[in-house]
Amino acid sequence: MYATSYHRASSVEEAVQLRSAHEEGKYLSGGMTLISTMKQRLAAPSDLVDLRHIPALRGISIEGRRVKIGAATPHADVAASQELRALCPAICDLASHIGDPHVRQMGTIGGSIANNDPAADYPAGLLGLGATIVTDRRSISADDFFVGLFETALEEGEMVTAVLFDAPEKAGYAKFNNPASRFAMTGVFVAKTASGVRVAVTGAGSDGVFRHPGLEQALTSSWSADALANVSVDPSSLLSDLHANAEYRANLVKVMAKRAVAAAG
Amino acid sequence: MTKVTLTVNGRTMSGECEDRTLLVHFIREKLGLTGTHVGCDTTQCGACVIHMDGRSVKSCSILAVQASGSTITTIEGLASQGELHPVQAAFKEHHGLQCGFCTPGMVMTAVDMINRHGGSLTEEKVRTELDGNICRCTGYHNIVKAILAADAEMASGRQAAE
Repeated sequence: MYATSYHRASSVEEAVQLRSAHEEGKYLSGGMTLISTMKQRLAAPSDLVDLRHIPALRGISIEGRRVKIGAATPHADVAASQELRALCPAICDLASHIGDPHVRQMGTIGGSIANNDPAADYPAGLLGLGATIVTDRRSISADDFFVGLFETALEEGEMVTAVLFDAPEKAGYAKFNNPASRFAMTGVFVAKTASGVRVAVTGAGSDGVFRHPGLEQALTSSWSADALANVSVDPSSLLSDLHANAEYRANLVKVMAKRAVAAAG
Repeated sequence: MTKVTLTVNGRTMSGECEDRTLLVHFIREKLGLTGTHVGCDTTQCGACVIHMDGRSVKSCSILAVQASGSTITTIEGLASQGELHPVQAAFKEHHGLQCGFCTPGMVMTAVDMINRHGGSLTEEKVRTELDGNICRCTGYHNIVKAILAADAEMASGRQAAE
């Protein structure tokens, strides 16, 4: 790892200030991606601004069906929240399958979506739920937030502070793990929300997480796994790598969508 | 150099290190507690698992400065007054190790697992929860047996105490 300077922020304002003072700096949340990337010398931020000690960024609050998850809330807390599980078990299940138990105790929802790894789980969950991503300066809809591979709508120095969503009527997530990395080879999140059915796919798109209109349409006419039988998934915009070619992933998208619908009930 | 202060196994300990120093190296090299191992160094194997503020974490993927001010338990902190922790005793009893390299991480993981799921562990649950720990000897069978035995032992201890 290249040398870096560590700063610990105790408030959002302090963190933003520290970050703006260091052009080549980065926010550090759980660090489950960033520290590994730095160890491989694929990232070399001059400064790190630690967000784990900002109380306002941590925790889950629920009002009616409105859910707010602080950006520095670890996956393990989302997975274990009984209050959240009662409203939206799918997001708890999604969180409970990220990485491994130790990674889930450190890794955070804000860190995951700000990184927007094309095989990460949360981007599918938030896009599927039609969530809103709140930053230190604005609110961004999930449809606008996830831009491409490791790319988001976040501007230089902008920080995710929370995610908001309304609990859906039904939702489910299914992923096919890469057996070595535990990242999604393909993961599909399905949700029946107040504004319609949403289907978001991670791990498969060559441009990161995406919605699939064909699957959404089929589930709108009939919310059942069988309704997906005749939907075709075009492999031309899907990833091909040593783990799986695009045709294989296209099939996985359908299989995982069916399993997600079954999980949603 | 930055001064890092931790409460490790009940004692306040500090040392100077670079900001880029990993917690596992700080624990091993600055504090001299070499029970925590470095296996893969890439967050895969779990040989470096310790508890930070009561949660199991992989100390090869955390900077020492990130941990400053926290309460740490390492494998050296489990036994008390010369008596093995029930999980350690169960690993010994059931021969839950072959070469022993992954054992500190396995034991710390097992303690965390029992803390979170105490009394309700099944073989399937234990195997799922061992997702982040690799035994390169592939000696999982006895590790699982040891964890289930320790869980039962600790559950009956809790019942007796009530």
